[in-house]
Amino acid sequence: MRAPLILLPLPVLLSGCGGSQSALDAQGYSGALLRDLIVLIVVVCLVVWIGVMIMLAWSLTRRRDGQAGDSRGSEQRLGVWVSGAVAATVLIIGGLTILSFQTTRSLDRAGDPDLTIRVRAQQWWWQFVYEDADAGSFQTANEIHIPVGKEVRVRLESTDVIHSFWVPSLGGKQDLVPGRENLLTLRAERPGVYRGQCAEFCGLQHSHMAFFVIAEEEESYRQWAATQRQPGAQTGEAEASAGKAVFMARRCAACHTIRGTGATGTTGPDLTHVGSRRTIAAGLMDNTRGSLAAWIADPQTLKPGNNMPLVPLTGDELRQLSAYMESLK
Amino acid sequence: MSPAVSGKGPVRIFEVCCVAALLAVAVAIGLLRVPRQYRTDPPVSAALDAIRLMPSGIGGAPPEVYFALNQPYENTAYDMSQGKRLYSWFSCASCHGEGEGGAGPSFLDGWWLYGPSIVSIVASIRDGRPHGMPPFRDRMTIDEIWQLSGYVKSIGAYSAKTTAPGRNDDRQNRPAENRSPAALLFNEGPSPVHPEQGPSP
Repeated sequence: MRAPLILLPLPVLLSGCGGSQSALDAQGYSGALLRDLIVLIVVVCLVVWIGVMIMLAWSLTRRRDGQAGDSRGSEQRLGVWVSGAVAATVLIIGGLTILSFQTTRSLDRAGDPDLTIRVRAQQWWWQFVYEDADAGSFQTANEIHIPVGKEVRVRLESTDVIHSFWVPSLGGKQDLVPGRENLLTLRAERPGVYRGQCAEFCGLQHSHMAFFVIAEEEESYRQWAATQRQPGAQTGEAEASAGKAVFMARRCAACHTIRGTGATGTTGPDLTHVGSRRTIAAGLMDNTRGSLAAWIADPQTLKPGNNMPLVPLTGDELRQLSAYMESLK
Repeated sequence: MSPAVSGKGPVRIFEVCCVAALLAVAVAIGLLRVPRQYRTDPPVSAALDAIRLMPSGIGGAPPEVYFALNQPYENTAYDMSQGKRLYSWFSCASCHGEGEGGAGPSFLDGWWLYGPSIVSIVASIRDGRPHGMPPFRDRMTIDEIWQLSGYVKSIGAYSAKTTAPGRNDDRQNRPAENRSPAALLFNEGPSPVHPEQGPSP
């Protein structure tokens, strides 16, 4: 009866190991390699720790057998035990070092990637540029789609400070350093939505700098990419087209791009298909018309310190603008 | 325990008390900071909009509320830093450069075409001026305009300030805002920047 009671909180504690952002629930090639390495090191260390604890308990409970004079034999035995322990330590640490080195080496696979994405991290959002000379390049923000089972080469850059690109479920982390380019290869083995997070403290809103990797089958990935390549949707809805006029008149276009319109700003995220994304403001809020309106109305209160200024709008203009943003699927 | 060691006891306690007191003072100073408000109350905003300009559009009186708030936009580092961010967000640099001017007039030389008072600067940004300065009434809130004005005023300040906006991430190509950049230009040289203006502003 007692054992099950002790095990009762276990599911609650272990539930933290799963989910869309967990290095222990690896769904990618390099993620699985790293998870195996972690599990192996933990198991080996656990065995060593249990052995040491047993020895400690044994030596604490053992009684001295009175013959203090006969020290020669006990000293010899001590020597054997100590050299055995030293040899075991060298073997274990050496073995783990070699394994760790080999695993980390095999993560960095050179070769011809199936897809290249350029990542530009900025305070505090992610710009993703799909580079494809044949079909045409396009940009997204804070959300990427990748085909399952394909090698995706991620070229990491930063425009301001050092950030770190980390999708725990798919692989290890890699820093984005201003002025240089780092490379990382992702390969998702199963379809799913994996959350990524900036893993290097980069300022006030470091915690609100998330992104999503959506791994899907080749066919649906192609469909998504084809949609993303198209210019921003022309909507027939009156409210949304009024919102487009507000977007141009209020100078949103000075910072944001919507392909197919006059908006060609480059400092803010590309909004050509903003309505198709899951979240806004780098994972801060779900993408709904209400949260879009809240964000436009007062970005500095929702995410203090970010680089989007508050632009005064009337209630009608705000409603039209958020309808337009939502219509950009 | 030897007498030497036990003799140190009271000294240690005194040192620890001193450090604790200093820490307490530091924490108290930290708590004294200006409370941060990301959005001004609507009535305050409305009052800040009511500047009284001279008929010529040069100079005038700030609203009462500006003094009631203790002139924050010229004196708090937070508001000046926000002004500096607004300066880059709204691309002021595309005409005015980093203060040295370009298509628009310079701020660095302390030669204010519409006078050096903050009300004139607020009016210039809010309502625009002839020869190319666009009105920003519809693009910025009035408190943002005040923040930006406080910063712009500090670019061409004649006297040094104790408050300063955040430093640049890029290379600094002119004197920092709190070092009275304009005074430097007025003091120097056999040939002044603006001979018509006299030896000092």
